[in-house]
Amino acid sequence: MTQPILELKNIHSGYGSIKALKGVSIRVMPGEVVAIIGANGAGKSTTLMTICGIIAAEQGEVWYDGRMINKVSPEKLPTLGLCQVPEGRRIFPRLSVEENLILGAFYRNDTEAIAKDIQHAYEMFPILGERCNQEGGTLSGGEQQMLAIARALMTKPKVLLLDEPSLGLAPIIVQQIFDIIERINKEDGTTILLVEQNANLALQAAARGYVMETGEISLEDDADALLNNPKIREAYLGE
Amino acid sequence: MEYFIQQLINGLTLGGMYALIALGYTMVYGVIQLINFAHGEFFAAGGYIGAIVLAYFAGVGYMESHPIICLTASFMIAMAYCAYLAIGVEKIAYKPLRKQSRLSALLSALGMSIFLSNGMMLTQGVYDAIYPSELFQGRFDFGMISVSYLQVTIVTLTAALLVGLNILVFKTKIGMAMRATAQDKTMSALVAISSNRIISLTFAIGAGLAASAGIMYGLYYGSVKYDMGFVPGIKAFAAAVLGGIGNITGAMLGGLIIGMVEIFGAGYISGEYKDVFAFIILIAVLYFKPTGIMGENIDDTRV
Repeated sequence: MTQPILELKNIHSGYGSIKALKGVSIRVMPGEVVAIIGANGAGKSTTLMTICGIIAAEQGEVWYDGRMINKVSPEKLPTLGLCQVPEGRRIFPRLSVEENLILGAFYRNDTEAIAKDIQHAYEMFPILGERCNQEGGTLSGGEQQMLAIARALMTKPKVLLLDEPSLGLAPIIVQQIFDIIERINKEDGTTILLVEQNANLALQAAARGYVMETGEISLEDDADALLNNPKIREAYLGE
Repeated sequence: MEYFIQQLINGLTLGGMYALIALGYTMVYGVIQLINFAHGEFFAAGGYIGAIVLAYFAGVGYMESHPIICLTASFMIAMAYCAYLAIGVEKIAYKPLRKQSRLSALLSALGMSIFLSNGMMLTQGVYDAIYPSELFQGRFDFGMISVSYLQVTIVTLTAALLVGLNILVFKTKIGMAMRATAQDKTMSALVAISSNRIISLTFAIGAGLAASAGIMYGLYYGSVKYDMGFVPGIKAFAAAVLGGIGNITGAMLGGLIIGMVEIFGAGYISGEYKDVFAFIILIAVLYFKPTGIMGENIDDTRV
């Protein structure tokens, strides 16, 4: 049996006295698309930030690619192939689109390959190519999301964590973004852990899903099973 | 007219020095939102190191034969020394306080300033350290206007440093990383940028530039003193605020304006008040446009 590429074992973490995660365990297998769904404030973003070491885990272990990464400094993780597109996209607003992309490849020294990857990003997202000299902060929400994903791809991730990629975007843009996510998974074999409030969308894209409630995993199943689960349909799919 | 042009050149010389110091304030503020009140001490320390190195070369008789090499060496040694000093100061006095309120770090900076200035007094004495006067003795004369070789050297060197800094910050990958860290540290970490290293680098660059200004000051005025960092430090701070704190171009511009105002104020109004003009500007800027010339809004305008 293959080992999970990313595994959370009984993770507790939070902000000062506020405990946001109370024993979260998640496994992601290589090449999988896994979704975490749940209401606002359930702890989904905290989970991703804890994986990336931005928020320290108070208890429990995070394993990535065969090693425990609790004590690895956050800026080391992208060099190991673990990368996050955070909530709100967090484009560097006063850096140009191209500079944002270049910084995605900050740790890399293969200048020629970087230039090629930037061209590849412009092919995948032609609008970014058109706006390559524009400041990131001037892009629309959808364009920023594309840039955030393209920037993350510049780190050459093995595992990509995506936090609310659909947030605040028009439905047609959301569809585009999810097509791209599928493409990244299928073509590059990148493992994807996706956090979404839009459960329907997330479960359609994912193979498996976790349901999160107030800092705990309340349910774990195949995505199809979750989509057909009457409780989930009622609580998260608006039926 | 000749008097005006003469003053313009003097203002450029002085303003360039203020600009070099102001950059350290503004870059550090851009990256960690701290007014590093110990920054003036790097200027003074640079002046001292320059004096020590030049005195050594003069002592061994190398100065007359190779003035350019001596001067270059003094700049390089002083800038490197102050860069490492600043990295150390940041690690000891500011880094442990990074998660605390901004006021804690500010007080720590004031304490550091007193510590460094007294350290210089104890090790170097309370009297002026004299700069060798035989460097760049000649002058260019254009009718009534006279420009010393020294002024030309200072202005040229300042311009070179400012251009170099602009290239570093706006054209290189490490400069991009500096700007990114100033804008969003969490996101920078997520693209593998170590904010600790960027912060160290920012302090090093700022202190290096201040050190270079310290040597220029010593060459220009003939001597340095342990407490010389205080007044130019505050004037350069005023320059950084005038330009828009956190904004690099603004700091350069602010430095030049403060230098010009000081020289013209002293020349046309009264020499007695030369130190007052910078503070009048500081108060006026804080009162009427606290974001400065290039600043857009306080929270958003960083490096």
